[in-house]
Amino acid sequence: MKFENNGNKDTRSGFGAGLTELGRTNSKVCALCADLSGSLKMQDFIKENPERFYQCGIAEANMVGVASGLAIGGKIPFVGSFANFVTARVYDQLRQSVAYGKTNVKICASHAGISLGEDGATHQTMEDIGLMRMLPNFTVINPCDYNQTKAATIAIAEYDGPVYLRFGRPKVANFTPVDQKFEIGKALKLIEGDKVSIFATGHLVWEAIEACKTLEKKGISCELIDIHTIKPLDEKTVLESVKKTKCAVVAEEHLIAGGLGELISGLVARNHPVPIEFISVNDRFGQSGTPVELMKTYGLDAAHIIEAVKKVIKRK
Amino acid sequence: MIYMCYYAKIPDIIHAAKIKISIGLLLKSHYLSGSSITIMANTQKLEEIASQVRRDIVRMVTDAASGHPGGSMSSTDILTTLFFNKMDCDPINWTKTGKGKDMFFLSAGHMSPLYYSILARKGYFPISELSTFRKIGSRLQGHPSIEAGLPGIHQAAGSLGQGLSVAAGAALSKKLNKDNHNVYVLIGDGESEEGQIWEAAMFAAQKKINNLIAMTDWNGQQIDGPTSEISSLGDLPGKWEKFGWDVTVADGHNIQSILDSFENATTKSNNDKPKMILFKTQMGQGVDFMVGTNKWHGKAPSKEQCADALSQLKETLGDY
Repeated sequence: MKFENNGNKDTRSGFGAGLTELGRTNSKVCALCADLSGSLKMQDFIKENPERFYQCGIAEANMVGVASGLAIGGKIPFVGSFANFVTARVYDQLRQSVAYGKTNVKICASHAGISLGEDGATHQTMEDIGLMRMLPNFTVINPCDYNQTKAATIAIAEYDGPVYLRFGRPKVANFTPVDQKFEIGKALKLIEGDKVSIFATGHLVWEAIEACKTLEKKGISCELIDIHTIKPLDEKTVLESVKKTKCAVVAEEHLIAGGLGELISGLVARNHPVPIEFISVNDRFGQSGTPVELMKTYGLDAAHIIEAVKKVIKRK
Repeated sequence: MIYMCYYAKIPDIIHAAKIKISIGLLLKSHYLSGSSITIMANTQKLEEIASQVRRDIVRMVTDAASGHPGGSMSSTDILTTLFFNKMDCDPINWTKTGKGKDMFFLSAGHMSPLYYSILARKGYFPISELSTFRKIGSRLQGHPSIEAGLPGIHQAAGSLGQGLSVAAGAALSKKLNKDNHNVYVLIGDGESEEGQIWEAAMFAAQKKINNLIAMTDWNGQQIDGPTSEISSLGDLPGKWEKFGWDVTVADGHNIQSILDSFENATTKSNNDKPKMILFKTQMGQGVDFMVGTNKWHGKAPSKEQCADALSQLKETLGDY
């Protein structure tokens, strides 16, 4: 197993590093924030490009509208806040002022999922992937570690259209290559196997790697695919894998409703039905706790992936 | 705060009196100098265009058997003056980015019949296309869409309260581009009940977006009744002024008052404030049975009512 943790880092810092690089290389890139520029790791961009940063205050609806206007004027605005506040709170603004006209706005959402920890359910969104993939014209990206988040941030500036980029707060394993080229819509096959397909996104990719290591020792060959782009989904890669393995586990830090599991189930049901197990949260809110405690309590870790793999193989 | 017309309810009476005198002198001079004849002729021409635009609105809404004539007709004189006299715009070489030109955003998207008539009469697209309003496959969607690809439209509108923010962003992009043009946006007074309007108000003042010229169609009506009875806006000029804007109050049915208010808003280059022109208007202006009531906010006339309305609106440029 070739994947090694090169030291824990938060994915939001990957976003910040990517934004800083964009500030130096692309004069069209602007940044907007609603009183959370520190949490979004925007400080370096702000320091180097004060004229291209707009502090919007605690007024997210206006922020999305202003970003839309900047994009209409030819700029590439990166809008940053916590995931809940740039999705559910401003859904109609995203729908009318961004999605409907394919306006070139990048919605950059930190603190996604349950792993932001102690702030509790008001700040923990596990609905955002569903909300954002329902909006026509939106591309939805959920990278798995610092390096991938940085690469994704840089890549979406080159793409002309609305993007939802989802990342998180906790420091997690950083294991993908530093110099990777991020290709929107191209799933990454991290591990080749033939007994089960594991489709994982975001923080759950590392948990899946840990699960695969354990399962390999037990003689269970798992195929692990990193679905960093949820929309458009790399359907070809998903279907090729399930045709080979004949069962799948989908792992994500999200509700079942609207999540990657539902998306892949729909695809598989229409094309090549196989048993599928979900590693996700079923119809409930989060709560306060440490990230590790919460991920364990809500069944979003390597141990639960291992159980799901054993269960789905029996269902073949 | 500046009052461009002659209302009885003027708090700053001394200041208003000065303005009144200056406008009076201006009007008097029109009769005396050569250039004033051009201005007067322009005023008359603009009134003629406005009459045709109101005919278009009534005919489009009647034909579609749906739509929003009330607000469209209260804002007709404002947009006619803006597009045919004030804005630096190029219908033939129109671009979505608005580079090197003034830009206009309609935030109150239900005024789409007005918007489409103005754009067609200005030459953005064929006048005959007005007959497709609200019909399947049309570029003239019930509320403005950029997905439909109609020239002249920079952003969709319909869900209220969003356009002021978008216009503020577009005005900022002009500043970044060192593009010395203005961005205009029209909002409704009922729409001003939306919280996002006041988020944008604070933002634009804080960022000193002085190339942003907002206009309110202050007709005092909304779907369910008078705004004063639903969610009173209270002292609307005072609110905008306290939010840090340069405020002008004008008569939205007096072309000269509209012209003066635009002149006032665009000649303050040393003023850091965003501009708000509050246009006092009447919903359904131009047709006796539609004027001044919320009943015609979102209702189409019958064929008989349409004929009655058209008999009150002179055909000046030829119907579509």
